[in-house]
Amino acid sequence: MNVNALLMDERDNVVTCVADVPKGAQVVYKKQGELCCLTAEEDIPYCHKIALTAIPKGGEVIKYGESLGQTSEDIPAGHWVSHDNLFSVPRDYDSEMVKL
Amino acid sequence: MQFWGYKRKEGRAGIRNHVLILPTCACGSETCRVVASQVRGAVNIVFNTGCSDVAANTAMSQKVLTGFACNPNVYGVVIIGLGCETVPHDKLREKIQAQTSKPVVSFGIQEEGGTLKTIEKAVRAAREMAAQAAMQQKELCDISELLLGIECGGSDATSGIASNPAVGELSDRLVDMGASTIMSESIEWIGGEHVLAKRAATPEIHNRIIQVCKDYEAHLEAAGQDCRAGQPTPGNKAGGLSTLDEKSLGCIRKGGTRPVVEVLEQAERPTKTGAILMDTAGYDISSVTSMVAGGCNAVIFTTGRGTPTGNAIVPVLKVTANARTYQKMGDNMDVDLSAIIAGTKTYQEMGAELVDIIHDVCNGKLTKAEAYGFSDIAVDHVCRYV
Repeated sequence: MNVNALLMDERDNVVTCVADVPKGAQVVYKKQGELCCLTAEEDIPYCHKIALTAIPKGGEVIKYGESLGQTSEDIPAGHWVSHDNLFSVPRDYDSEMVKL
Repeated sequence: MQFWGYKRKEGRAGIRNHVLILPTCACGSETCRVVASQVRGAVNIVFNTGCSDVAANTAMSQKVLTGFACNPNVYGVVIIGLGCETVPHDKLREKIQAQTSKPVVSFGIQEEGGTLKTIEKAVRAAREMAAQAAMQQKELCDISELLLGIECGGSDATSGIASNPAVGELSDRLVDMGASTIMSESIEWIGGEHVLAKRAATPEIHNRIIQVCKDYEAHLEAAGQDCRAGQPTPGNKAGGLSTLDEKSLGCIRKGGTRPVVEVLEQAERPTKTGAILMDTAGYDISSVTSMVAGGCNAVIFTTGRGTPTGNAIVPVLKVTANARTYQKMGDNMDVDLSAIIAGTKTYQEMGAELVDIIHDVCNGKLTKAEAYGFSDIAVDHVCRYV
């Protein structure tokens, strides 16, 4: 099986597809050297993200081990994660400052 | 590592030896274009401002104009003004001459009695300067003379996954050899600023990185604007980047992992050596303009969707890890990094290859945008670009 998606960090709940993946096809990615797969429940375009696990409405989408924002609806595993169901939340800059 | 460059009396060495035909304001731009077209070795820029402006905008355009003139890739400067602009040609010339000993001459269109008379004088001056520039021999320069601007534009998901990490590796390798790099586009730190701040060499720099992002958002908010409305762009979204945070977390990887030693304002020249940040717009043309004004002698530019962009003074090397883009826009893309996505090469390996490619550009190899003579420019203003 050829790898057609990339996992950027072990903590991530999405992978990025590096080929067009039609509904019903297998998404194959590497995690800690092992091949993992899941079924695409809808068409996922090239460069786009697919949910590895169910992400509830208001949950965080994690890529690079960091939050990309919050979901605006429930996203079941195998579904497309995009700007249509994910939005950016304001930063809390003051809490990120260090004491001098 | 060394390269063959043009040593300057002040500052870093040039990797090109242009005669720059520089307008003081928009009204001088067309005359500059005609002059540059008449003289081999001359380049012009098109300037969209310089007149009827508030003090802060004038300060920014003066920073860009003097910065371009002082850029190490410029041998000498022919300034063309109109006569009624905010800063006239002789004042701009004096400012530039206070910062550099390179040859600078200037003319005013109203003073000379129109564009044809100005063109005649300016072409003669540029021709003499180009003749002298051609006599300057290249000398071996240490790689520490390189100040590489790092930019991304037309990003898609391949940028953060592959091309930006590869360029980050390039940056680390160059910094380890003594060169300096500038990563800009502060609005594209937002969402990843806490990650970037971990690279700060001092707690002050840590807080400055956070503050730059806080200020940028506040600046746009004061004008009733939301930075998340313009970013990501429609092209970014189509390329799989869903939020500003996702774009930023990928963007910041192009700056590498070495300690951040300085955070510059737009178009400001560095005082430190190593990995440097500059607070600029995410708008790529404006960001490159600011880094060139800050003294970068080369720029590397990652893209996912593909872009033709180039700069008049500094070679812009465009790299993509999107195999489709490289195939479709091969006439505009310099380097194919798609092996990283295909899994046949690591980003570290491709970063090492980029060292040799940048070395070639320093030694004189033309980038594609440079060969086409592209000269994009966008000068930022009080209500900042996004």
